[in-house]
Amino acid sequence: MKRRYKKIAFIVGGVAGIGIAAALVLNAFQSNMVFFFSPTQVMANEAPVDRPFRLGGLVKEGSIERQDDGLTVNFIVTDHAVDMPVVFVGILPDLFREGQGVVTQGRLESSNLFRAEEVLAKHDETYMPPEVAEALEKGQQAKAENDSKSTTTTLIAN
Amino acid sequence: MKINIFKYAAPATFYPLAGKMIPWFMWAAALLGIAGLYYSFFEAPLADYQQGQSYKIMFIHVPTAWMSMFIYVVMAMWAASGLIWNTRLSAMMAKSLAPTGALFAFLALVTGAVWGKPTWGTWWVWDARLTSELILFFLYIGFIALGAAIEDPRRAAKATGLLALVGIVNVPIIYFSVIWWSTLHQPPSLKLNESTMGVEMLISILLMTLCFWSYTIGVALSRVRTEILQRESKTDWVAALVQEGEKK
Amino acid sequence: MSIAEALDMGRYSVYVWSCYGLTLFCIIVELVWLKQHRKMVWQRVCRMVRMTKRQKDEAQV
Repeated sequence: MKRRYKKIAFIVGGVAGIGIAAALVLNAFQSNMVFFFSPTQVMANEAPVDRPFRLGGLVKEGSIERQDDGLTVNFIVTDHAVDMPVVFVGILPDLFREGQGVVTQGRLESSNLFRAEEVLAKHDETYMPPEVAEALEKGQQAKAENDSKSTTTTLIAN
Repeated sequence: MKINIFKYAAPATFYPLAGKMIPWFMWAAALLGIAGLYYSFFEAPLADYQQGQSYKIMFIHVPTAWMSMFIYVVMAMWAASGLIWNTRLSAMMAKSLAPTGALFAFLALVTGAVWGKPTWGTWWVWDARLTSELILFFLYIGFIALGAAIEDPRRAAKATGLLALVGIVNVPIIYFSVIWWSTLHQPPSLKLNESTMGVEMLISILLMTLCFWSYTIGVALSRVRTEILQRESKTDWVAALVQEGEKK
Repeated sequence: MSIAEALDMGRYSVYVWSCYGLTLFCIIVELVWLKQHRKMVWQRVCRMVRMTKRQKDEAQV
């Protein structure tokens, strides 16, 4: 019986030890575990300068500009705090659109231009049918209109 | 009570019991699979608002990914109980789960890649989620290879059991990778208290998961039976079984 | 919803159907492999049991 408890203690202790070791290693490599940097991090010089890195964020609404050659695209990646202009030559993934998450790989050409060699669309965890998405959007618009109306009425009342 | 458990853990009692259980799990898997596929194609919405119809891959990808992690946890638990109580059946259970776990890890990786190509724009990236799932696949392969390389079953059970226990650290890393680090892979759509997914989609995923569950239990039990037959081939009860089978 | 409508995956058909096809294929392969392995082991065990029985009978004679 005693040997059995020893074994259990050994197994629990062993798994816990390996777990802690793994946690320490992962913590030490925290900076390498980062798949992409946000524009704020890039602005704060946290991203590497001498080698390519990934820049991630949302494609800013109304920022996509397609050049005449049909391949070059300019757009802005934002995290709602800092905007980072990006230029890319190539074919964009299906999910690339304004307001959508994106991860681009490339280098900084200057302090405010990122030249991307690869653009990947980042998907979020929301799954819904198009009709629901449409309804949601309409609902939000209606709410926004109502809000603006109510503010105007209060203004008038005042 | 204790005697009862150990009685069922004896290979001679377990063999016929498992034989009776397998058809039940296989039929359940078939029915759940049909229901799951029906729901995936006829009840779930035609398309996702962002991904279009490619989102239907999720009905295979998510359940296989869950199964690959879940089977590993169950396998490690059997391995641990085998190491602690020295029961022959526990080690056989762990061994029987590994190939199916590897299969599900493989399917999760491949279907993920096939989904990633149209949605992300790439088959593969080395982000934390994808890399840790690949490590899980290699852990399964390592477990199977190590078991096959050592001839003495007791020593094989010990070595593979230790490997399974060491590898268990990887499972929470897979699960939380999308929360702890910035990854290309999206965070989980299903949490304990809420889900960011339509109800019909959720039912499809759950049905497919239950189907794979049943399938896994059936297949693992079948493997255990074969393993028992092989290991106990010199015992009287197997001899009696063979003679009975040949008479029929 | 018609069947054609439900099964049409638009321009994603190759991606979606390859995933479902591969999964089904893998499951069938696993089941066939399992059955064959079991058959092989059963035959081997049968041979062994017959051999030990013969040895015992000969020893008795």
